[in-house]
Amino acid sequence: MTPATRLDLDPDQAPEPATGSWLERRLPVGRALRREYRDYPLPRNLNALWFFGAFAVVTLAAMIVTGICLALHYTPTEAGAFDSVEAIIRRVPSGWILRSVHMAGASCFFAVLYVHIFRGLYYGSYKAPREVLWLSGFVALLMVMATAFFGYVLPWGQMSYWGAVVVGNAVAAIPLIGHPLAGMLLGGDAPGAATPMRFFVLHMLCGGLICAVLFIHIAALHVTGSNNPAGIEPRSPADTLPMHPFYTTKDGVGLCLFLAVLLGLAFLAPALLTEADNYLPANPLLTPPDITPEWYFTPFYALLRSVPSRLGGLLLAGAALAVVAAVPWLDRAPTRSARFRPLARPAWFAMAASFLLLGLAGSHEATGFWLWLGRLAGLYWFLHFLVLLPLIARIERPLPLPTSLA
Amino acid sequence: MKPVLLAAFAALLPGVTLAAPIREEGAARRGLAVYHQVCSVCHSLSHVEIGDLAGLGLSDRQLRDLAADIQVAGPPGPDGTPTTRAANLSDRLLSHFPDEASARAANNGALPPDLSEIARTRQGGAHRIFTLLTGYTDPPKGVSVPDGQFYNAATHTHLIAMPPPLADGAVTYDDGTNPTLAQEAHDAAAFLAWSADPHRSARHWLGGVTIAFLAVLAGLVFALKRRVWSRV
Ligand code: HEM
Repeated sequence: MTPATRLDLDPDQAPEPATGSWLERRLPVGRALRREYRDYPLPRNLNALWFFGAFAVVTLAAMIVTGICLALHYTPTEAGAFDSVEAIIRRVPSGWILRSVHMAGASCFFAVLYVHIFRGLYYGSYKAPREVLWLSGFVALLMVMATAFFGYVLPWGQMSYWGAVVVGNAVAAIPLIGHPLAGMLLGGDAPGAATPMRFFVLHMLCGGLICAVLFIHIAALHVTGSNNPAGIEPRSPADTLPMHPFYTTKDGVGLCLFLAVLLGLAFLAPALLTEADNYLPANPLLTPPDITPEWYFTPFYALLRSVPSRLGGLLLAGAALAVVAAVPWLDRAPTRSARFRPLARPAWFAMAASFLLLGLAGSHEATGFWLWLGRLAGLYWFLHFLVLLPLIARIERPLPLPTSLA
Repeated sequence: MKPVLLAAFAALLPGVTLAAPIREEGAARRGLAVYHQVCSVCHSLSHVEIGDLAGLGLSDRQLRDLAADIQVAGPPGPDGTPTTRAANLSDRLLSHFPDEASARAANNGALPPDLSEIARTRQGGAHRIFTLLTGYTDPPKGVSVPDGQFYNAATHTHLIAMPPPLADGAVTYDDGTNPTLAQEAHDAAAFLAWSADPHRSARHWLGGVTIAFLAVLAGLVFALKRRVWSRV
């Protein structure tokens, strides 16, 4: 078989004749699905890092299914939230399964997205013509972060409550609109009677919006086609393979292993991913000795606390994300894949290390060593995106690129 | 042939999970007796309903007997006086004190914490509960213990407001086990560990089955993938 390349799909082509079943002649959805998910040409050299987009889709689906079931038993009130979660764990039939999977799923979602993003950074998947694809993914990341935060507050345990306090304070630090915005978010000056219902609505809303953004993400992906480890566009049909059966089977192997990790964590080691203090009911009068966010927020938490100003911390955390969104315009080197970039490659490793160190710093008390580690790692993060990437693009001499993917 | 095989495997998974065995939880069941006869005088287990105790392997008969033995607040009497009634299976194991103030008043100002999640929220979990319950000793020479406090080697300050709750023979077991202090403490800890994680054995079992299933499935799909890719 000779799979069509993306280039063959000329939008100005005459429409295909309306053939097939009654429905197909009116709404050719079957044809579109076959074109986009069966015959869809993918570079033949994709490695395991290209699994992670599929992992993210599957995780999202699992979150939505388990989330809807959990929502049926959750009570979004100050008095009822904690009790309803306890009831889900203890006596709602299979409630503990739903909640274990939903909680492990949240952690895995971030792990998968971080790999997905760092894969893109390594292989230059953000470069032309995939900037919109990159930005749509970035928006999805923001939505996932918001959804995770809203969700974490719902059980109304100590960490839920004090996490909401920390974020409320951060929002309130925004000049002019900060205070009214925080008040609107929490439904008062501090988390209280109105908060669980607000966060419940926002959690479900953002969860739905992720699906909408994902739709755009995949649409954009199917316009440009996938990048690949070599970072060059497929040149001939021999460079590509149809999605089915080649990548359906390959992704299938990856998915089995990924699900084993996700469900293994959910059922065998849930304590690894949960903060025991969140099984203490929220108590506005009792500040926990250390307010630790979930691991996936620790890099940003480190930045939030790295300067003695709330607004400053908020701006740094926001800017750390913004530079990721701006990377297609910060790194103007024409070579995509770091494999062929002798300077960008080590820089990528150092940047990834600085992200890990930020996370480490954010999971410890912000004093002494950890405070300074966080500051240095944060500084390096910005140095990488704002100085090194633009500079490397100018001075680097890339290695010779291959001419085909076969 | 392959899709049929995969479909068969997928169909198997839910069937297998439904058959999850309920483990014998002897120690935790005896711990319920410790809780019922001793701990519940001051503490609550407010997220546990009596019916939930079926998870420990108690029969319906045993649950109803236990419920009949527990008094809970009933509807106010005709002249508005508080009444009590025997509990039923959907009643929770609440504190016997009507409110926090009376609980504190009865305990030298200290509030006995709810025990539902205590094995999870206290560092050291069930093991720590055991060392705490068996940690009461006479204070070493020269250490003075303030009024309303007790010397306990297992706490941070070596002081605790809870009087020693257990002793040899403090509990009657109906399975003939000898109620030594260590036995009671061990059983109470097992019971509270159950309360903080009531589906642990089913959870572990499900985890094992899921991973085994996915490992086999991964092997099959890998073989399929190899065959498909051998064409290119
Ligand atoms: C809900 C979150 C997301 C989902 C479900 C998702 C899903 C996917 C899927 C299924 C693919 C194709 C398979 C693959 O290349 O791995 C993909 C590709 C891609 N995604 Fe995402 N994604 C998400 C978030 C993001 C984020 C946060 C970014 C970056 C900021 C991003 C950037 C990209 C890029 C650049 C590609 C093309 C990669 C290439 O072909 O080399 N995505 N995404």
